[in-house]
Amino acid sequence: MASSETAFAEAHRARGLAPFLRSQMRNIAPFLTLIFLSAFFAFASPSFATLDNLGNILTQVSVTGIIAVGLTFVILCAEIDLSIASIANVTGIAVAYFTLQESYVNIANIPLPGAVAIILSILLCALLGLVNALGLTVIGIPSFIMTLAMMQIAAGISALLVRGQIAYKVPGLITTLGSGSIGGIPWIVIVAAIMLLGGHLVLTYTRFGRYVYMVGGNREAAEYSGLNVKLILGAVMVISAVCSGIGGMLGVAHFGSAQQNEFDTYLLDSIAAVVVGGTSLFGGRGGIGNTIVGLFVLGVLNNGLDHVNIDSFLKILIRGLILLAALIINVYAQRLREKAAE
Amino acid sequence: MPEVRSPILELQGITKSFGGVEALRGVDFALLPGEIHGLVGENGAGKSTLMKIIAGVHTEFSGRFLIDGKETHFRSARDAHAAGIAMVHQELSVAPDLTVAENVFLGNQPTNRLGLVQWRRMAREAGEQLARFGIDVDPMTRLGDLPIGLQQLIEIARVLFSGARIVILDEPTSALSPPEVERLFATLRRLREEGTAIVFISHFIEDILLVSDTVTVFRNGRKVAETASAATSKGALIEAMIGRGGEALEHSYTDDLMLPQPSDSTVVLKADQLSLARSLKDVSFEARAGEVLGIYGFMGCGQQELSRILFGKLKPDAGTLAVEGTPKTFASTAAARRAGVALVPESRRDMLFHQEAVYKNISISILDRISSLLLKPTQERDIARRQVEQLQIRPPVVGLDLGMLSGGNQQKVALAKWLTYPPKLLVLCEPTRGMDVGAKNDVINIVRDLRARGLAIIVLSTEPETVLSLADRILVLKRGALVREFSNEPVSKDRLLEAA
Repeated sequence: MASSETAFAEAHRARGLAPFLRSQMRNIAPFLTLIFLSAFFAFASPSFATLDNLGNILTQVSVTGIIAVGLTFVILCAEIDLSIASIANVTGIAVAYFTLQESYVNIANIPLPGAVAIILSILLCALLGLVNALGLTVIGIPSFIMTLAMMQIAAGISALLVRGQIAYKVPGLITTLGSGSIGGIPWIVIVAAIMLLGGHLVLTYTRFGRYVYMVGGNREAAEYSGLNVKLILGAVMVISAVCSGIGGMLGVAHFGSAQQNEFDTYLLDSIAAVVVGGTSLFGGRGGIGNTIVGLFVLGVLNNGLDHVNIDSFLKILIRGLILLAALIINVYAQRLREKAAE
Repeated sequence: MPEVRSPILELQGITKSFGGVEALRGVDFALLPGEIHGLVGENGAGKSTLMKIIAGVHTEFSGRFLIDGKETHFRSARDAHAAGIAMVHQELSVAPDLTVAENVFLGNQPTNRLGLVQWRRMAREAGEQLARFGIDVDPMTRLGDLPIGLQQLIEIARVLFSGARIVILDEPTSALSPPEVERLFATLRRLREEGTAIVFISHFIEDILLVSDTVTVFRNGRKVAETASAATSKGALIEAMIGRGGEALEHSYTDDLMLPQPSDSTVVLKADQLSLARSLKDVSFEARAGEVLGIYGFMGCGQQELSRILFGKLKPDAGTLAVEGTPKTFASTAAARRAGVALVPESRRDMLFHQEAVYKNISISILDRISSLLLKPTQERDIARRQVEQLQIRPPVVGLDLGMLSGGNQQKVALAKWLTYPPKLLVLCEPTRGMDVGAKNDVINIVRDLRARGLAIIVLSTEPETVLSLADRILVLKRGALVREFSNEPVSKDRLLEAA
């Protein structure tokens, strides 16, 4: 039986190389984009293709990468989280709020031991994620709207904590992980790598990861298979918020300050990284591997545009156009796949 | 009536086939002005095909088509509409978020010279027209806020106001309460007096006999009887519908079948007084181990809702469930699964993951039994292979995407996901619908085998053959209420139809 099965599978594969390629479009397209962009910038600027610059790119995408881990889970479930940047911001501010600041910082904060500050901050972002989860699953607010509200709520908490001021000190551990390095490698890159790897392992090798894909693939079928769909959706919202919170704490240490609206660009960047990488907005397809490719596409693009002589205002437009192209490929790849499956 | 009226619509020798299968074979049909013409026949007998030809939906067919004695050929539903033919389909097609008046005038709201909608005029005229049919509602109410029956009446009213001379109603009473049915019939009678010709399709033969002047019976694409309603009876019509000849190759279940003694094994599921909005009323029954309980009823009789309640997908408004004597209120389908209940819904699309491998489809419901944290793909594949072999799923490749399998094999996968760790109660909706004879027999054998293994099984179907081929005991569900139980007695297709 096993041998006939392999024979059949091989026959099937041989017959369908074109359908196979079509079905893999969402994985191939972002990779080709990455190679194309890298080749272009390497050709256009001698300073781009250097080991030093690779280190720069890695560091530049780290915070986005940490936030994008959780967002990948959410998008795989065919939901969205618009509160990631705000939650990152409020968690970064919270960890500074619970740390003793220099005397010239004019914030009425509550200094606590470092470990306590970190734990409280993580609890805060988990709690905000839980509110997202309850809104989505218990009340039934679409995630787009629920997290839009949470974006404001988290920004509001940030505003109340810092009141327009800037805090600088965070606990020692956070400072090290956010801005230190070991053996020449920045800690923040290592943390991002570990979290991406962890996310990948969870999605690929655990029962929960399988559930995430199945709920994203066909929510109705997941329910008819007796899965607790609401629990899984709730869990991904909390995971997303906690990843954002960690990204926010390390980001604050990385930038050297905690202030209002510090993470605004990370909302678009994180969503772009996940989607450009080829994870389907309709759920069930893609993964951390795609997100990593997406991160590099964005990283190379942002970094490369600095290396070539280009109007810095034009950069924004170019990023927008690249994102649009990726979205078109994303939707188109879904259609090709459906055709290949018929 | 003594005077001879000439038909408003006449069809002669209509034959229509779909890809080699003849849906209509040489059908003659005539409709007189001021007549209500009832149409009966089993699913697939050709009623709907004929009506779609009349309404201009199907334009390719052979035979003559005359309106007012003139040969006509519609190229589209729009042509039919222009000729004064209108159809109300079984499914509601209203805009629930618009007002009653907007729905009545959908597509041709009265406008002033600037092209703006004249709201006051529209509301007034809608109110007047509805009042003519005994419907008394504020035309500015949101349609979705009205009961379903009233919505359906308004939809029918809309079609009638369009000035149609020929109106086709497909199963108009299935969502209506008895007083609403009365109101509809009164309206139809008034229209008849005004000279409108009405075709009335229904599974409810009593309704047909009550309101129509003439009844036509279809079977296997042929017109087998046409008679004055006053001159026939429910029994005669059912007999004509089913036929006594050896026309069908399959077992036709026209003869009596003896149901066995009711089992006295343990009660696995006890449903007590289940009610759900307009769908179910005080439904109580027991399902026992090693027994197949069939629940038969027409489309829309509440079967779907009942099956969803048993699996925790819908919450009943009232009533209780108990599994093996323990009362249960399922908060989710996961809770129902843990309590030992499994459901295979009528639509495979709803329960399978077409883009995922066959083995993932089979293992999804039992993952928590074989892995606590990490997946065990080898074990998953082994389990899937065993199921694939046992149920003879073709091709026998567990790594293939499910979408590559045929419909019958997909249905087997839908069953397979519940069989590795069999549930206590298996609920099957339309388990053999749309399957070829071979796949049908396979499924029937699987179900019998499961019964032998001591599962309690509930089969819900709108096809009498399915219920008769599987069930040990049969309940008949009619408009949301259980009306008859067949147990330890002879049963046949016409007895079932009679009860429903």
